[in-house]
Amino acid sequence: MSVLTSPTAALTKTRFDVDAVRKDFPILGTAVHGKPLVFLDSAASAQKPLAVLDAMDRMYRTAYANVHRGIYTLSDLATGRYEAARETIRRFLGAKDASEIVLTSGGTDSLNLVARCWAQAFLKPGDEILVCESEHHSNIVPWQIAAEATGAKVRPIPVTDEGVFDFDAFTDMLNPKVKLVAVAHMSNVLGTIMPIKRIAAATHAIGAKIVVDGCQGAVHQKVDVVDLGVDFYAITGHKIYGPTGVGALYGRRELLDAMPPYKGGGDMIETVTFERSTWAEPPARFEAGTPMIVEAVGLAAAIDYVESFGMEALHAHETDVLDYATTLLRAIPGLRIIGTAPDKGGVISFTVEGAHPSDIATLLDQRGVAVRAGHHCAQPLMVRMGVSATTRASFAMYSTRAEAEALAQGVERAMALLR
Amino acid sequence: MDVVTQSAELDDLRDTFGFLDDWEERYAYIIDLGKGLPEMDEALKTEATKVRGCTSQVWMIGREQVDDAGRVHLEIVADSDAHIVRGLIRILTMLYSGRLKSEIAAIDAEGFLHELGLDQHLSPSRRNGLFSMVERIRALGAS
Repeated sequence: MSVLTSPTAALTKTRFDVDAVRKDFPILGTAVHGKPLVFLDSAASAQKPLAVLDAMDRMYRTAYANVHRGIYTLSDLATGRYEAARETIRRFLGAKDASEIVLTSGGTDSLNLVARCWAQAFLKPGDEILVCESEHHSNIVPWQIAAEATGAKVRPIPVTDEGVFDFDAFTDMLNPKVKLVAVAHMSNVLGTIMPIKRIAAATHAIGAKIVVDGCQGAVHQKVDVVDLGVDFYAITGHKIYGPTGVGALYGRRELLDAMPPYKGGGDMIETVTFERSTWAEPPARFEAGTPMIVEAVGLAAAIDYVESFGMEALHAHETDVLDYATTLLRAIPGLRIIGTAPDKGGVISFTVEGAHPSDIATLLDQRGVAVRAGHHCAQPLMVRMGVSATTRASFAMYSTRAEAEALAQGVERAMALLR
Repeated sequence: MDVVTQSAELDDLRDTFGFLDDWEERYAYIIDLGKGLPEMDEALKTEATKVRGCTSQVWMIGREQVDDAGRVHLEIVADSDAHIVRGLIRILTMLYSGRLKSEIAAIDAEGFLHELGLDQHLSPSRRNGLFSMVERIRALGAS
């Protein structure tokens, strides 16, 4: 069980009590255009509980100094908190050793680290990187840059019309030239949970490596990187109720050991002379400069917070809201849900006949309902699904059935106005 | 130089915006205005005519018309794939279309949109899109 210094109302309940959870998120009590906020954009960035706000505030007030260098008490204290955060992330992801957890500035930074220090360092002309076509741009563009630099090639792995990972097409693409497979654990647009364990096994069978974008996936289900059998797993803090500006990369230790540094600077070296510098061991090798100390502590507090309920309870709650919202939206004539995989996390993308997603989002906003409209940083997927943009509602641990109803009513009202 | 933003059409717009109770009604009105915007010829919807910085796709061209006195007027032809944006385009054409090219630069669009409350109420991304359209019209006026 995690240690929370400020026990919250929700923790005193044995079963998952969403009303109590909502009290832990101050922003959920605010109003927009005079209407109670219905926040359905957590897949873009989640709101923050008091446990996170308090942990960060307390750190700045009582335990703040730069880490890893000081000989004085306060620096020791800060270093201890920072390294404890790494240990919390290790436990959360199921990694064997804390040295396999590199703290980064976020999911994009984590994926770029793999692109630069693994792909760009080891790929050769003609090598192939297989990237799922439903990926977020942050899991496409870094591979294109690495391919450009090495002469490797990026090839898209198709998804089906339902948004399911096309496993047969994937296995057909596997050949000795494939060196890396990049796929998200959960699609930020379709909501599809990808069969990572199977993909990892098939990838390793041909001697390639697999990197997983877990920015959405780690928020909605229990992750165990060892059980999944992945080589790299990227997460970001702000989608899992933590602060912005911090994320992590899990990398198998033997892979991290072989990788050159990402950025040069303090903290990542063993010795520096003007002739030559030698690198520190992982993870320090990849953490040049003063890290995001308080943000890391905030992320650890967020992880402690979600784990205090159990990822299974969160998953069950979010699935309930997702299923309810799906049923309500399906009943609206002219509405098409993009992404109908059987195994989905809390995301619904949809289009509405005769209306642009931005019209729907604007009119929903008038009712206090916050949703996203656009290509969701997944332009290749938009092309695949035959749409230019979608409206996306996403659900989190604090989402409710009543909010799903507000969404459906808001969409119907918007459609009536636009008709 | 100050070009007065007064006309029967613009006064109607001001009155209606003032009369409507809430923004959902105002949006309904904007959507209705958009329905009255003539469709743009598909052939004119090209990369070159696209206005950047909008939340949806927007295309815009200017057509010059010379009156009997030899003065050049600017007609704005624009379209979008979003209803609300079509309504905003209609408002801008009410403000700008048919004006003398030489007076385009002096039209106080910011002031007029502020009177309607559009500058404060629109989301920042939509506001940026709206002012991207205004910038394009000013560029057309200056070309």
